[in-house]
Amino acid sequence: MAYSVHGPKAVSGGAGARLRRGEAFYLVEIVRGMAITMRHLLYNMFHSSTMPTLEYPDERPEHGPWLRGRHRLMKREDGSPRCVACQMCATICPADCISILAQDDDRPDVEKSPESFEINLLRCVYCGMCVEACPCDAIRMDTGIFELAADSREAFIVDREFLLNNTTDGVNR
Amino acid sequence: MNEMLTELGYTLGKIGFMLAVILGLLPAMIWAERKGAAYMQDRIGPNRASIGGIFRMGGLVHPIADVLKLVFKEDIVPAGVNRFFYHLAPFLVMVIALTTFAVIPFGDALYLGDKVIKLQVADLNVGVLYILAMTSLSVYGIVLAGWASNNKYSFLGGIRATSQMISYELNMGLAVMSLILATGTVRMDEMVQFQGHLLFGFLPAWGVVVQPLGFILFLVALFAETNRNPFDLPEGESELVSGYHTEYSSLKFALFFMAEYANMIVGAAIVSTLFFGGWQVPWLSTDLLRAHAGPLLTGSAIGATVLSFVFTAATWRHYERFRGRLGDRRELEPLILGILFFALGLATLGYVVFQKPWTIDSAMAAHFATVAQIGSFLLKTVFFAWLFIWVRWTLPRFRYDQLMRLGWTTMLPLALLNFFVTAGVVLLVNS
Ligand code: SF4
Ligand code: SF4
Repeated sequence: MAYSVHGPKAVSGGAGARLRRGEAFYLVEIVRGMAITMRHLLYNMFHSSTMPTLEYPDERPEHGPWLRGRHRLMKREDGSPRCVACQMCATICPADCISILAQDDDRPDVEKSPESFEINLLRCVYCGMCVEACPCDAIRMDTGIFELAADSREAFIVDREFLLNNTTDGVNR
Repeated sequence: MNEMLTELGYTLGKIGFMLAVILGLLPAMIWAERKGAAYMQDRIGPNRASIGGIFRMGGLVHPIADVLKLVFKEDIVPAGVNRFFYHLAPFLVMVIALTTFAVIPFGDALYLGDKVIKLQVADLNVGVLYILAMTSLSVYGIVLAGWASNNKYSFLGGIRATSQMISYELNMGLAVMSLILATGTVRMDEMVQFQGHLLFGFLPAWGVVVQPLGFILFLVALFAETNRNPFDLPEGESELVSGYHTEYSSLKFALFFMAEYANMIVGAAIVSTLFFGGWQVPWLSTDLLRAHAGPLLTGSAIGATVLSFVFTAATWRHYERFRGRLGDRRELEPLILGILFFALGLATLGYVVFQKPWTIDSAMAAHFATVAQIGSFLLKTVFFAWLFIWVRWTLPRFRYDQLMRLGWTTMLPLALLNFFVTAGVVLLVNS
């Protein structure tokens, strides 16, 4: 009530400010404010585990399956990539960060497969367009890995093997 | 000659003690500031730095990490600074903060054999005036830093510090004058002695009881003089980047940073000395302390035992509850601390049982009284140092015109009123 932002009376400072009698005597309000902060301090001292803060590297945040994390390439039953190197993802990618080198495949039911499949994770904007575009569900972003850290720029350009070995439990390899 | 040397030794010992108190409290203050602020704002605060991957001590390791970081940072001297004053300023701030401590008594006279040692580094006969002089000198470091940095923001910060100091030094002086009138002395040790009396037989004659208004005025002025929130306009980072220490880096910045806390500790010591009885233990004069040293010592030893076991239980509970949550050596910390507390509890228990502290002799009783008084002084100082932090995380910063208005149109008349009323009362009582 006393701290309402609206209304003509509740103005802070300024030449025309009018405070109620109790508030004009600043000290009382200071003591009340200090009581509030002390209350928070004491409560948190004995309930520190109920604080909303997530102790991040020790505790992992929960996220839904809709999280667009690091990409992975799906495998066929024999372990080869599902990808048919159609270049759809590379074409739609707004960041232009996928580069695929196609090769002829000897198997009777497979025409092409990627000889190399590289994604530059530094350029990727995690929009998920590649996943939408893929005609054979060969690329997904459901690994749950959302952290990006490496020692060099080159390390962010991930290759076919890396992408094939990503798993859904959020742990790489 | 020999006499002089021992005298010098004692003085050096006292200086060492004082320095140890300030420099020991510094990291604790920085820790309290960060952790206290976090808890007041429902955050967890610093807790990552650790010693050996085990001891995090609730963030107590962080100040060490901070200082180490600052020590190893590059020391940049910007072009165009006035080199002499630029380098002088941080040292000035720190040195003045430390020298103010010299006149503060931290215990009643100590008897070693037939020698009497006053527990005060410099027993000046102008004690209070020395404190006023030193606190107003402390602004020089800030002004010099602001001016020598050759930076508009620093300069503005320095100017703000000056005008703020002038406005609030008046009120501080008047508050202290009223106190001098009431106690009738300007010597620090006599002032503390005076506060050992009881008013009406039950109320300790602390400065805050004799001069309640004077205490409030003094406290507010002290906040302004130490440039602490809500009066930290000289470094108001919302408009002045970082104020007077904008251009400082590395160790020199660390000096400014630590000087702020040293100033707070010194300010807290001054308030507790002038208005809260200094080293006086309330209701227990030195003679009473010595006479009842046995039971008091026993009581405190038992209290320490109980507290140690309570801590043991608390740390054990913590260990049990959070086992397996972190999955590394940090989980051992409460266990190890619990064992230490348990050992401490056993030690104090053994002390009570085998040493029989209620039978101590009079020499030991005198030492006990001294230790109790130093403890009382430190406790009060720590409380007021905490008050600085507490207020900082409660109040927003004043606007500059509000600060001036408060100083000149509210506090100055009140201080004058307080002064004249005190003078009148003293005149009435004495005639
Ligand atoms: S998520 Fe978007 S930016 Fe990243 S690779 Fe796929 S299409 Fe390109
Ligand atoms: S869209 Fe799918 S199949 Fe086509 S290249 Fe990309 S990942 Fe391979």
